[in-house]
Amino acid sequence: MTVGTTGSRRLIAAADATAFGLGLRIGMPLAQAQALVPELHVCDATPEDDEASLRQLARWAISYSPVVAPDPPDGLWIDIAGADHLLGGEEALLIDLTGRLSDQGIAARAVVADAPGAAWAVARYGKGSVVPSGRTVDAVAPLPVAALRLSPQTLNAMHRLGIERVGQLAAMPRAPMVRRFGKEVALRLDQAMGHAFEPISPLIPQETAIATLTFAEPIARLEDLKQMVRRLSQDLCRKLTQRGEGIRRLDLVVRRVDEKGASLRVGTAKATRDHVHLAKLFDERLPTIDAGFGIEEVALIASRTEPLVEQQTEVSGIAGDDASDADMSRLVDRLGARVGAHRIYRLAPVPTLVPERMARKIPPLSPPTGSVWPETLLRPTRLLDPPEPVVATALLPDHPPAFFIWRKLRHKVAKADGPERITPEWWKGDKRAAARDYYRVETDRGGRFWIFRDAPADQGGRWWLHGLFE
Amino acid sequence: MHAKPQEAIAELRRQIAHLERGSQRRKPLPFGVPHVDEHLPGHGLARGTLHEIIEAGPASEFAGAATLFTAGIAARLKGPVLWCLTRRDLFAPGLLRAGLHPDRVIYVETSHDRDVLPLVEEGLHERGLGAVVGEVTRLGLTASRRLQLAAEASGVTALLLRRWWTVAEKDLTRLPTAASTRWRVAPVESEPLPAPGLGRARWQVDLVRCRGAEPRSWILEACDAKGRLALPANLADRPDPAQVRRAATR
Repeated sequence: MTVGTTGSRRLIAAADATAFGLGLRIGMPLAQAQALVPELHVCDATPEDDEASLRQLARWAISYSPVVAPDPPDGLWIDIAGADHLLGGEEALLIDLTGRLSDQGIAARAVVADAPGAAWAVARYGKGSVVPSGRTVDAVAPLPVAALRLSPQTLNAMHRLGIERVGQLAAMPRAPMVRRFGKEVALRLDQAMGHAFEPISPLIPQETAIATLTFAEPIARLEDLKQMVRRLSQDLCRKLTQRGEGIRRLDLVVRRVDEKGASLRVGTAKATRDHVHLAKLFDERLPTIDAGFGIEEVALIASRTEPLVEQQTEVSGIAGDDASDADMSRLVDRLGARVGAHRIYRLAPVPTLVPERMARKIPPLSPPTGSVWPETLLRPTRLLDPPEPVVATALLPDHPPAFFIWRKLRHKVAKADGPERITPEWWKGDKRAAARDYYRVETDRGGRFWIFRDAPADQGGRWWLHGLFE
Repeated sequence: MHAKPQEAIAELRRQIAHLERGSQRRKPLPFGVPHVDEHLPGHGLARGTLHEIIEAGPASEFAGAATLFTAGIAARLKGPVLWCLTRRDLFAPGLLRAGLHPDRVIYVETSHDRDVLPLVEEGLHERGLGAVVGEVTRLGLTASRRLQLAAEASGVTALLLRRWWTVAEKDLTRLPTAASTRWRVAPVESEPLPAPGLGRARWQVDLVRCRGAEPRSWILEACDAKGRLALPANLADRPDPAQVRRAATR
């Protein structure tokens, strides 16, 4: 058996069948185990090695089906859809699989079920080896709730409430259950019952598209490098056309003569196969690559792709006059390659009156929100954040100031509009307690300012300048 | 040489027109104010060229009026607008007052003033855009010429909002550039209302520089919800405000 360290406690991480026979359990403190079995052989747990072995096992299991995924810490998923008849049916496949595993000294349980979640549950907590198609619910319902792959906290909470079986949980009304235990429980329940689709990520991902060029004579000039990137991008796009995919992220890796390397990464806002456009994205940053004694190899890797269907993008002769549906994705990509994708955004209205929160950033190519701020709100074009304190004097409480001093300049107020009271939104975590009374004032020289007092005058409210109008 | 000076001048005019064909081909954007439009060559603001907008008010480092003036022009142009900025003091709900819908504006920000112009140029290469707005402090002759050429090639209008924070930077706005127009916007006292409150703001709009027209200045009412300027009601058809004032006191 092995032992792992959780915080300051040493607990049993894994144990073999003999250890189980002696009464040892996973999660038991080491001291207790040693008290039970004095001559206990203890090894330190090595989760990394365990995972590596699991991956190795998964690679071995590819002989059963091409879609195999390791499920750490101790599971393996094999998608046998369409592959079971090769070994004479599901049961024969399982017998063959467990037989060959035990030959290697691996004690394993294997179950065939409609859904990965159901197979997981039955393999660990149920009986039988093949759950007949369509009978998943019957097979899973009598199992303990631990079969749902839930966190220990959730299991504890269920235990306190007397929910022991999956069937009990499934019979509960959905809404209160989600409220009490969280969305994850509902998801796991659906996955175990086979109601929700659960993708498994196969061990061998689909081959990434790569285009490489190796030079007999190392290149060092920027122009050459640019030219090579163009050619690679063309090659790569041709490959992706065959696969019906478009590029979302692209990595350029160069290897120098002295075996040092450099890499650049660009992203696109929309899947694309336009090789000219993609090559251009690197143009701006190619000079940052230090060619040193020369570059020996250049590789372009489509590290993230998306399905992309061929579509007509342009009709020659008909210029895109209707600009409302103009495709901005290329512009966004080019700008993103210069300043970083997070610095390009649109602002969407937020239904609030607190000025600092009225707009939120959304990605530049999000669909139009269609919503606007209420047009009756007269808001400045420039907002000072944070507001700047001003010295101001109002003739009467609740009146706009007669003058104010901002940045050492005295402004005489000629006309004013207000107050407009904006209260803090404590439910969104506003720290300040005072409401603000905003005034739009025009000075005798025509400048218009947005100033506010943060509390009524008799409570010592101070004046602030928050924005500038036209 | 040429026999008659008139012929020579006509020939030169043709040559200039040929050189400037890029901007002449597109229909200019009228302001909707007859006095302004009649003064501008082509009766409106040329599309596909570079325009400079400078604020000259009491708080000109914040360019509140110039921003609304710019937003008004951008709102009346068709298509998405790219707004390149370095400071985050722009308040989007304020732009809506000039009719610039938030769905139409893509913002791109950088940390340095010198990085703004390359972004503007990148935007000007994109034909689908309605306008590119850039907030810059420094704009040299070469850089502005480059932007002007990019704008002419694609037909996208470039609006450069000159910002400054020191007196030395303010003086930079006086230096020549290759922009086809330069506007200076300053707030002036608005029409008093019969009751306490604020009416429509009023600007003094100066056309400081314009290719093909004399400098001129107007008193105009600020942008409305569709980005349109207007001639103040009490000034319309009264060319000399001084006379009006004298008549009133009499």
